[in-house]
Amino acid sequence: MKAIFQNSLPGPDDITRDILPNGITVLARTNFNSPSVVIGGYLPCGSLFDTDDKLGLADFTASGLLRGSEKRDFQKIFDELESAGASLSFSAGGHTAGFSGRCLAEDLPLLLELLADALRRPVFPKEQVERLRAQSLTGLSIRGQDTAGMASLTFDQIVFEGHPYARPDDGWPETIKAIKRNDLADFHQTHYGPRGLVLAIVGSVDPKTIAIQVTKELGDWTNSSQPEIPALPALKPLKKFVTRKVKIPGKSQSDLVIGTSGPRRKDPEFMPASLGNSVLGQFGMAGRIGEVVREKSGLAYYASSSLSAGIGPGSWDVSAGVNPANVQKARDLICKEIERFVEKGVTIQELSDSQSNFVGRLPLSLESNAGVVSALLNIERFDLGLDYYRRYPNLVQSVTPEEVLSAAKKYLHPDKLAVAIAGS
Amino acid sequence: MTKIYSKTVLENGLNVLLKEIHTAPLVSSWIWYRVGSRDEITGHTGISHWCEHMQFKGTPKFPSNLLERAVARDGGMWNAFTYFDWTTFFETMPADKIDLGLRIEADRMINSVFDEKEIASERTVVISEREGSENDPSFLLGEAVQNAAFRTHPYHHEIIGDLPDLKSMSRDDLYNHYRTFYAPNNAILSVAGDFKTTEMLANIRDIYGKIPMGAAPPRITRPEPAAIGEHRLTVEGPGETTYLDISYHAPAANDLEFFPVTVLDSLLAGPSSLNMFGGGGTSNKTSRLYRALVEKELAVSVGGGLAATADPFLYSVVITLNPKRKPEEALAAFDVEIKRLQDELIPLNEITRAIKQARALFAYGSENITNQAFWLGHAEMFAGYDWFLTYLDKLAKVTPAELQKIARKYFRPQNRVVGTYIPRGEEVRV
Repeated sequence: MKAIFQNSLPGPDDITRDILPNGITVLARTNFNSPSVVIGGYLPCGSLFDTDDKLGLADFTASGLLRGSEKRDFQKIFDELESAGASLSFSAGGHTAGFSGRCLAEDLPLLLELLADALRRPVFPKEQVERLRAQSLTGLSIRGQDTAGMASLTFDQIVFEGHPYARPDDGWPETIKAIKRNDLADFHQTHYGPRGLVLAIVGSVDPKTIAIQVTKELGDWTNSSQPEIPALPALKPLKKFVTRKVKIPGKSQSDLVIGTSGPRRKDPEFMPASLGNSVLGQFGMAGRIGEVVREKSGLAYYASSSLSAGIGPGSWDVSAGVNPANVQKARDLICKEIERFVEKGVTIQELSDSQSNFVGRLPLSLESNAGVVSALLNIERFDLGLDYYRRYPNLVQSVTPEEVLSAAKKYLHPDKLAVAIAGS
Repeated sequence: MTKIYSKTVLENGLNVLLKEIHTAPLVSSWIWYRVGSRDEITGHTGISHWCEHMQFKGTPKFPSNLLERAVARDGGMWNAFTYFDWTTFFETMPADKIDLGLRIEADRMINSVFDEKEIASERTVVISEREGSENDPSFLLGEAVQNAAFRTHPYHHEIIGDLPDLKSMSRDDLYNHYRTFYAPNNAILSVAGDFKTTEMLANIRDIYGKIPMGAAPPRITRPEPAAIGEHRLTVEGPGETTYLDISYHAPAANDLEFFPVTVLDSLLAGPSSLNMFGGGGTSNKTSRLYRALVEKELAVSVGGGLAATADPFLYSVVITLNPKRKPEEALAAFDVEIKRLQDELIPLNEITRAIKQARALFAYGSENITNQAFWLGHAEMFAGYDWFLTYLDKLAKVTPAELQKIARKYFRPQNRVVGTYIPRGEEVRV
């Protein structure tokens, strides 16, 4: 590997990591090649705290943070942001609520001030809450018409039955209607605080300036009521092959998702499974799945596999969009490929191709400030170590075909798959 | 962002634009052909896009599986796009690997096989791509509006093409299209990234210099006559959400009036990002239409779009309605905002703000080498790279009086198509 490549990857010598006395973790990396700055981060305020009858509360609260604060109303917040050509947005996932933003370097103090204002002093004006609710309900009605979205949601319901991951973070129309304005304010007051807050800043600004500005805006924030994230229940593995269909009338294409649960990000099988998934349905034009479903059979414009691994159990699935008349055919082809993958694993050549791809694409994924922010948050969220991207090539290259096969056998059971189909 | 670049025309007519950027060990290379849906006749709609797909099916030297494997092994990103005016293929690779990308594109400029079996399997893939788009109400509405806006100009049809044509076109049709338009004298190669210009140019001469020049491709010249009255149409389909698409005939990108329309778009619907790859934009919550439609709870979202095209295309505003409101209420509120632009001079500070926004979005895009190489070639498709380099200066020169004049000229009811998507509201069942 060329020295220049190795040096361009983030590492302990160019990432600054500080923990403020109130518990906020600040990660920073300087890049003077571009005049902009990107920020990103998260805090433990996700939908795991939501009750079933008010599912979507965490996401609703996150969306409400920029709708007015003690210092600024909605129009003033966005006037300041948009006048600078800057952006800032919030949304909630299962474990955390996340935020991201960008601006020209000269406007970083403004962006951090608006971030702090939103995190610490939102007021959730009633009128704004109702406006957000109408937007959210329309969003959910569009989701209900989206064949890919509905297939994926139904897949999660099968694979994660009885587990919080079975629930959509943005809720259901009836749960969104049940949420009151005060629920948002209460959720914010209880859950938002400095503990567990991670903030990454990358761009044309030095770490000292960042430390001063972040301390000024967030250093004196406290909240003694922040609860621990609820423990996840054990996931019950599928005991049989389950197929579920969602009928959406009038659609010219159906979507299907086939698969099962996958490893957690910190499980030792993650890297072998990730490389195996690349062979199965990612590498080149979507790996073996792309070859069989698209190239050879001409059944779909898109067909690929994906491995999503996070704090809790992940998912490992194949998805495709096909003509309604071809659903069965595509399903059979995909199941056959999964079976072959689990029985025989991958060849040395296939594995080597994907290993080379994983290492070779690093400079591209870390080219932009946004790419580096996402890498820094990845390091922090999964405790990978500041030298992770420097060690990464070795981690990838050391995986063997036997390890891929054993990860495939551990998670994918061809007779116990979930199949979700949405369409006409 | 550096403004230094070089432009060379090889003996076979290939235009080569090179720009050194040494911020990351990457090079992005794009080959552009002057062929798109505007070059298609009835019966052959969608042929340019299908042809683009066939370019991934291999040549005798690079069979398809070898092609994708070679790029992916090196950690490269590659793809292709077909538009109204052009078709383009790119590779972004680690700097020491870009030679592969250059060789692939030179090879498939003339040696693609267009195997009969591959054509058959790709026919259903393209049809599937169209069916996937048809699932989306905004595609159905956009297509109907575009059809209504253009009677003579080939911008009339969607790039993906019409289903009967996708079913009937033959191998010969596709191959002829390929041989007619894929030639060095109808192409531009734009390369940006971590290289030395003299070495890169020598390499490109070596790889591309011997490809023979083709005959000048035929062109369809059927300009759209001036619009003579407002079109209104409805599209019905599944769902529960109503959409409005209001599209005005707009100037071509190389027309100086394109820039005031860009500023008007920014004021009406928020600044649009020029960045195709990363960079991102800003929100539009302080734009005039957001305030008039979303803040007033007539709509849940609004967005505007002006495409940079070689001939005049459309400026479109798409409104997603609040389910409790009627489309005519939203249209009436929209028209009030249009009238304001025509009746009242826009305050200078609003224009200054739009320029600052454009400057920020421009800066975000410049940190991405793929995006830089994209613009190096894309701007040549309708003007020249200087169009891109002077983009912010041209926006900054726009005056309130000019904006008013342009709003009066383009934003007339006689110059627009108003499309409404009416949802049928059938039930979803598990």
